[in-house]
Amino acid sequence: MIPHRAGVGLKARHYRTIVEGAPDIGFFEVHAENYMGPGGPPHRYLEEIRQRYPLSLHGVGLSIGADQPLDKDHLRRLKHLCDRYTPSLFSEHLAWSTHGASFFDDLLPVPYTAETLARVVGAIDEVQDTLGRQMLLENPSTYLAFEESIFSEVDFIAEVVRRTGCGLLLDVNNVHVSSTNQDWDPIAYIDAYPLTHVKEIHLAGHATEADDKERPLLIDTHDRPVDDLVWGLFEHAIESLGPAPTLIEWDADVPVWSILKAEADRAEAIMFAARGRGGRHVAAG
Amino acid sequence: MWRLAERQRDFAEALLDPALPVPAGLIGPDGEPSQKRFAVYRNNVVAGLTETLMAAFPAVCRIVGVDFFRAMARAYIVLEPPRSPILLVYGAGFPDFIDGFEPVATLPYLSGVARIERAWTEAYHSPEAAPLEPAALRAVKADQLPRVSFVLHPSVRVVRSPLPSLTIWRMNVDDGIPAPVDLAGGGEDALVVRPAAEVEVRAMPPAGAEFLNALAPGKSVVEATKTAMTADNRFDLSANLAGLISAGVFVGYTFAEEAGSRKSRRRA
Repeated sequence: MIPHRAGVGLKARHYRTIVEGAPDIGFFEVHAENYMGPGGPPHRYLEEIRQRYPLSLHGVGLSIGADQPLDKDHLRRLKHLCDRYTPSLFSEHLAWSTHGASFFDDLLPVPYTAETLARVVGAIDEVQDTLGRQMLLENPSTYLAFEESIFSEVDFIAEVVRRTGCGLLLDVNNVHVSSTNQDWDPIAYIDAYPLTHVKEIHLAGHATEADDKERPLLIDTHDRPVDDLVWGLFEHAIESLGPAPTLIEWDADVPVWSILKAEADRAEAIMFAARGRGGRHVAAG
Repeated sequence: MWRLAERQRDFAEALLDPALPVPAGLIGPDGEPSQKRFAVYRNNVVAGLTETLMAAFPAVCRIVGVDFFRAMARAYIVLEPPRSPILLVYGAGFPDFIDGFEPVATLPYLSGVARIERAWTEAYHSPEAAPLEPAALRAVKADQLPRVSFVLHPSVRVVRSPLPSLTIWRMNVDDGIPAPVDLAGGGEDALVVRPAAEVEVRAMPPAGAEFLNALAPGKSVVEATKTAMTADNRFDLSANLAGLISAGVFVGYTFAEEAGSRKSRRRA
């Protein structure tokens, strides 16, 4: 069971600080693929940390949006990790990252079509059947659109939830990044989102660049503090959603522990303030 | 109407080949195609894998410099993109790639340094096993020792180099300080092993590599000693055995009886 508190992504540079200092934090999340080696320090530390904290398992390489069968070996490895570490939550992305045997180390976008919908629904059914548990699907950061898309992103995700019974991971930074890049209204996105199915929230930092026509192009970099606009959007989501397990993702240029912890504390303060104003509680994962 | 299969095929091809045009139908909010938007994905793929290689080969990066490393990594990534979503294993072919990469032909020790770093990464993630305690071998009588075959720790790697790559590696990791090295001073063999939580890298004595490489597939001490002596008659059996045991290289041993007979197996 994961508390309606803030957590952070577990990073190797903080292993010792966490084990020795036992900081007060809601939970940790790990990238599944970083714990798919047979042994070594990553497993030694995760075993120890798992005994003291709730855990969320976040996959970044399953490629459920690819137009090819899921990698059965990879699914087995995920199952093994779920059995070994009994995470409270398991999440993956609405994206693809494999083509043939090649793995692209990125979360690539999918067109929102009936064909993609069928492919994604089939993949999520297989994941949930194999793991014997619900998975949470994360909304993507996107930098471009496909002219063949016929669904809005929110409608596409809502239909996936309806057909598979999966839960959702609402990445608020991704909502901000995609909304800026696609010229959407992020408040309208969140208001239309199937919030009753959201069981986890992600917050992260992003970089700002520009496209060919000097329009802002935001990049989901996870290498800096959460932007103030994203904090505002988080507050808006929490008003409707109530407190939910909320993760600070900081994967590159990882700061010292105290800076990361301060971001988590800020997320918790926003959640507690919203609870004081009578926000709804999210169903526990 | 684009089919998903064609869409992803074209997207994938254009990702790693900047010479290819951006696939049609990928648009910005104005409905127009955009080079810069597709370029984000091209950059992400290469930048992410470059960071992975940089973290796995820190000494190589320090030797050639960050900018040069990025360019070299890009050439490798395009040639050998990952075949697995587990990036812990990515870069196995990087040392061989360095051997054939013309711009570093003037740094002949570089691939040897890369091989040590690769062995380090493999040892770091290898399965757990408890090394033999030195006391465990006291049960072996002197006349039995020649017939002993050892079971090696799964993290053990032997990295041989015709150049002083180990010395150069040490100068370029942690607090190492680079200093002039005599490249004609002879080769170095490195033993890489992770007996517990920490990866250890040690220099191997003369013919130590031949000895351990013979023990690895299960040859007995007497057979491995013959192999080592043939390679270099300075080979010192007791010093080598003591060094390997203290490094935690062995996790068990068996007695090889005469050919065809039963093997008895002892573990720590």
